[in-house]
Order: sequence, then structure tokens, then C-alpha cells
Amino acid sequence: MDMHVRTARVALVGNPNSGKTALFNALTGAHQKVANYAGVTVERKEGHIRTADGRTMSVLDLPGTYSLRARSPDEEVTRDAVLGKLAGEPTPDVLVAVADATNLRLVLRLVLELKAVGRPMVLALNMYDIAQRQGLRIDLEKLRAELGVPIVTTVATRKRGIDELIAAIDAAAGGLSATAENAWVAPDAEALRGKALEAERIMKACVRPPERPDTLTGRIDSLLLHPVAGLVILLTLLFVMFQAVFTWATPLMDGIEGALGMLGAWVATVMPDGIWQSLIVDGLISGVGSVLVFLPQILILFLFIILLEDFGYMARAAFLMDRIMGGAGLHGRAFIPLLSSFACAIPGVMAARVIDSKRDRLTTIMVAPLMTCSARIPVYTLIIAAFIPNEQVWGFASLQGLVMFGLYAAGILSALVVSFVIRKVFWRGAVEPFMMELPAYKTPDFKSVLFNLWLRARIFLERAGRIILPLMIIVWALSTFPYPPEGATQPAIDYSFAGMMGHALEPIFAPIGFNWQMVIALIPGMAAREVAVAALGTVYAVADPESATSLLGATLAAQWSLATGLAFLAWYVFAPQCVATLGVVKRELNSWKWMWVMVVYMFGLAYLAAFVTYRVAVALGAG
Amino acid sequence: MSDTLKLSQARKGARGVIVRVGDHRHHGQEHAAELERRLLELGFVEGARIELLHEGLFGRDPIALKVDDMRVALRRHEAASLTVRLDTAAI
Repeated sequence: MDMHVRTARVALVGNPNSGKTALFNALTGAHQKVANYAGVTVERKEGHIRTADGRTMSVLDLPGTYSLRARSPDEEVTRDAVLGKLAGEPTPDVLVAVADATNLRLVLRLVLELKAVGRPMVLALNMYDIAQRQGLRIDLEKLRAELGVPIVTTVATRKRGIDELIAAIDAAAGGLSATAENAWVAPDAEALRGKALEAERIMKACVRPPERPDTLTGRIDSLLLHPVAGLVILLTLLFVMFQAVFTWATPLMDGIEGALGMLGAWVATVMPDGIWQSLIVDGLISGVGSVLVFLPQILILFLFIILLEDFGYMARAAFLMDRIMGGAGLHGRAFIPLLSSFACAIPGVMAARVIDSKRDRLTTIMVAPLMTCSARIPVYTLIIAAFIPNEQVWGFASLQGLVMFGLYAAGILSALVVSFVIRKVFWRGAVEPFMMELPAYKTPDFKSVLFNLWLRARIFLERAGRIILPLMIIVWALSTFPYPPEGATQPAIDYSFAGMMGHALEPIFAPIGFNWQMVIALIPGMAAREVAVAALGTVYAVADPESATSLLGATLAAQWSLATGLAFLAWYVFAPQCVATLGVVKRELNSWKWMWVMVVYMFGLAYLAAFVTYRVAVALGAG
Repeated sequence: MSDTLKLSQARKGARGVIVRVGDHRHHGQEHAAELERRLLELGFVEGARIELLHEGLFGRDPIALKVDDMRVALRRHEAASLTVRLDTAAI
């Protein structure tokens, strides 16, 4: 077959932390497509490069791995893509092994393994500038001869060596290097040992140890991994992060809300009243807005996460938290996803991909929605302002603030308990190993941080949008149809399907102190938690509840007992009142079963918590 | 040999050489073979130089190690599969 007729396909393979993604970005620029591989939830990143004589090649950025012997869904994709066994993915024409030039030993072993696959290969020695700065000498000629593959040195963040790499890939794709039959089989321990010793021999022969080794990483580690100081620094960092997420984002969020409100009002003036106006204003604009409004918080959170990741701190955070979270049956790496879930469970659930083990990943995803996401804040604020007196306790703390803190604590505590129970009930005894590389610290590259931020924001919006839009329309339809009869006296939602469901479900919710108005509000509240606030405004016929929260609060305080208010708060700590999260969970776990397990256990906990709260409060005279 | 021990028993500052990867009697059969391969893939191979750099706060677990020229974090539970010979000076 003539290679020049069709587009040559290139796949990037390398260890984690080798700068593979930075190299991919340098090769392809902004021309990349992020999607999922068919049937699995592993991110598929593809881009295009142009050779010197103007032909294009497609490049696939495969998940980082130490071996083709896959241990996680990510690594399975790498293996299957390299071997050409992945459904819908043709076998790559050229493999590019990406290596951190300062950390060659493990990648040399991987290269030896990749050679068995029989595809033409190019080795890119990335971060070559750091190697040179350290005085690390690599005998490139000898290494080329030992490995039998062409070698290019690159500095992805400075775009150095990129043209040379493209030329080398092009030459390899040109069919000069022979393609052999795939001879790769999953190596056993003896084969791994043999390859490791071979890699060690090549190391000794071709690489002279650095004259000025990186001592900075060691010095930073003695502070950041210090058993006490390290934890204090981690907690301080979290505190700063939370402050940033909740205070910096507020003006931006207000701006987005205002802009969408104006857009809605404008559409209402130019479109005739009726079903289409209602669909666009109440369904689409307010529905999409309820997600879009969290974008500033998510961007700030991602900015911190990307910076810490690029700096090399995230592996340290996992190290520090492993034992603490391990007590509850969680993996150290679950720390990042759970942290993200405080802004929104959707990026949290997606971030659980960093966890190798299926079980640990499942546990993490199952408890992520228990973290108090920012969509709960409007609900908490409304109810707390309505029912909790604004008093000082112990001379310094505000009672309202304490209740808010208690709700956060209840979320965290229940997440720990639930993951403990999952571990005990579903897989007794099986402990996944915790072993991870602690990469050398690096100064984050400004441009690549911004690029990644933009990329992640885009992914979040695309995914959330694709799931949320149809759901919003369903919820809107439920709360709109059928129309109220002529001369109706109650608010329109009362006559809709949501209203009917509210009345029908009322007996179930009566034991936990909910009246039918609340039950009705729960139904549109399934779209997103904070929508319940607007829905309460609708059922109690408070005009414009968003701007008149205090008015709504006063209405609620007059209509509900304190016990009911507290039960509603308890309900919202647990209830899976967010179809978008459930949709993402279903996608990420590729399982309806586990999504339903989540729905059932969270509603169960919500009901139980609200029941206990209501009954105790009534017994104490707050009914 | 008196100067070899399981890596899980080593303390901060210990330096030495890995003499055996294996001995997973504390793990299940199938699990043991998998663990051995994972350790090998992360650079824990006979002859590799080891230094215990840091210990966690609770139960001195997990541990941060220098393995040849890279850094790796590991729980003591997995470190029990590695036998090391400590440099005499460091005992």
C-alpha cells in the first residue's frame, strides 16, 4: 500500500509525567479534538501535524503508562491502540515514544517492550534543556544504535526540536523502516526483570549521571512531605483554594446570572407569549444558565488543580492524604476528584479518571456527590436565613455560619462513612496498592496552563451541555404541561405533571415533614439543586424569587415549622437532586446499575436524615 | 543474612540495595503475581539503589523512596514484598 495516499497515523506513548501532552500540544497546536473512545470513558485526544512538504498526519495522544500490560481503563486504551485492537481505531503507522530525558530508566524498558510491537518508532527525548542544565550527558549515537530507533531531542514547552521530530516521524512513516509482525505478549515477572536489566545496561552504556543533579526537588520535598508541616501546608492550600473559588468567582457569577436574566427578558419581549417562549426562556436559557453560572468557580478550581499538577504537587497531596483517606477505604488519589466536587460533582466525577483501580474509582465516584457542591449553597442560604436566627454564639461565631459549616461537615463525614461501607460490603479485604511516581518539581509553563484551562472548560461545557439540555427540556415539560384550566386560582405549576406528582407523592414525604408545595419544588429541583429555590418561589407565588430571596424566606418562615426547615436542609445534604451528575456518573461508569445504586442510596440517606431531623426537632418542640 | 530486611521495616534515612522482589506471602496468589510485575514496572528491580526519604504521619505510612534516580511513593503493605540489604553505615 502506498503510504503517501492516505494520512499517516502517529501515536504518542510514554510514561506519566514525561511531558507527553505538552509535546502533543506543541505538535498539533490548538487543532485538537477531544472526545471519548467508543464504549469507554477514556479521553481520546487527536490532532493534526503538517510535514515540511505540506502533507498532514494525524496524531493520537495516548494515556501515559509504564507498560503495555494494562492495569487501568486508560492503560488498556494505550495497549489496544498501539496493537491496533481498539474498535474503530486503525493501527498506528508510527509510534512516538516520549521520554523525560532526565528520567530514562523506566521509559527505556517501555521502549524495549514497544519494539516487540513491530511498528516503526521514533524516540523523543523531551525536557532535554533540563537534562543539559543538570549536566546529564546522553550519548545519542550509542543510544540510537542500542535501541535501533531514530532519536530526536525536544523541549516541548519551548517548541524546540518539533520540526526535527516531525521530519523523523515522516521518514519513519515513509516505509523506510520495516514494519514487522506484532510479537508482543504480556510479559511475566521474569520477562520484566530481563527487560529492566537490559534497560539498566543501556543506561550505564549511554548515559553519564548528571554533574549537577536536581537537589531542589529533594529540598522542597523535605518541607512539603514533612509529616506535620506538609499536612499544614496542604490544609492552608486548600483553604486558599476555597476562598478563591467562593470569593473570586462571585462577581463573575453575578455577571453571568445578570446577562442571562437580561437575555431571557429580551427574548420574552421579542417572542410572542406561549409555549415556544416558555421553552426558550424557562427551559433553555434558565436551564443552561444554571450550569453556566458555575463556570467561573470551575475555572478557578481547574486553574489551581492544573498549576498544582504541573508543579508536581498533586502526587504529594495524594501521598499526604493516603493514610487519612485510606481509613475510610478511599485511595490517596481520590483526593483531587473529591476536592473538585466541592465546586461541582460533574468535574469531580470526571477527575476520578486519575485513579487506576476500578474499585477505587467506583467508590470515589459514588461518594463524590456527597461533597457539598456550590449548587446547594442557594438552597442552604435561603433556608438558613429563614429559620436560623442571626445570633452570635460563644461570643465570636455566627449561628448561621455554624449551621452552614455543619452541613459541609455532614457531607464530608457521610462520604467517609459511605465509602467505608462500600469497601466493607462490596469488596471485603481487597486493598488496591498505592504506588506512584513522585515527579521532579517543575515551574508551570504559563502558556500551557492557559491552554489546558481553556481545553478543560471546553470539555466541561460540551459534556454538561450535551447532557443537561435534553434533561432541562424534560423537566420544563413536566412543570409546564398540562396548562391550568380556565379560571385557575393556584399557580400554574400546581396543575402540571410536576404538580400531580407532588400531590401523589405527598403521603410519602409527610412523615419527614414536607408539605405538597415542597414536594412539587423537588421535581424541577431534579434539574439542578438550586432550581428548587426558584420552584419554591413559583409554588408560593412569590414573584421573582431570585431577587426577592428575603421575601421568599419570610414566606417560608411563616408557612413551615422549624422542624420542616431543618428536615429540608438534611434532605439536601444527601438527595441526588441533579440529573446532570447522574448522567455523567452513568457515562463515566458506563453502567446504569451503579447510577441507580447511587440514586437509591442517596435518596434513602436523604429520607432517613430528613426523617430523623424532623422527628427529633418535633420531639424537642420545634414542630 | 543479618543485614537484609523487608523494606516495610525500614526507617527514614535507610539506604541500601534491593536484593529480592517477591515474597508476597501476605498477599493472595493472583494478587501477588500482579504486585510483583507492578513493582518491577516502577523500577523496583533487584540491584536498584533505595533510600527511604519520607514517612507519613500516621503509622509512618506511606513511605517516599528514592529508587535509583527517581522518587516513588509506596505503602508499607506493598513495601513488604521488597527485601533490601542496607548499607552497613546506615544501620
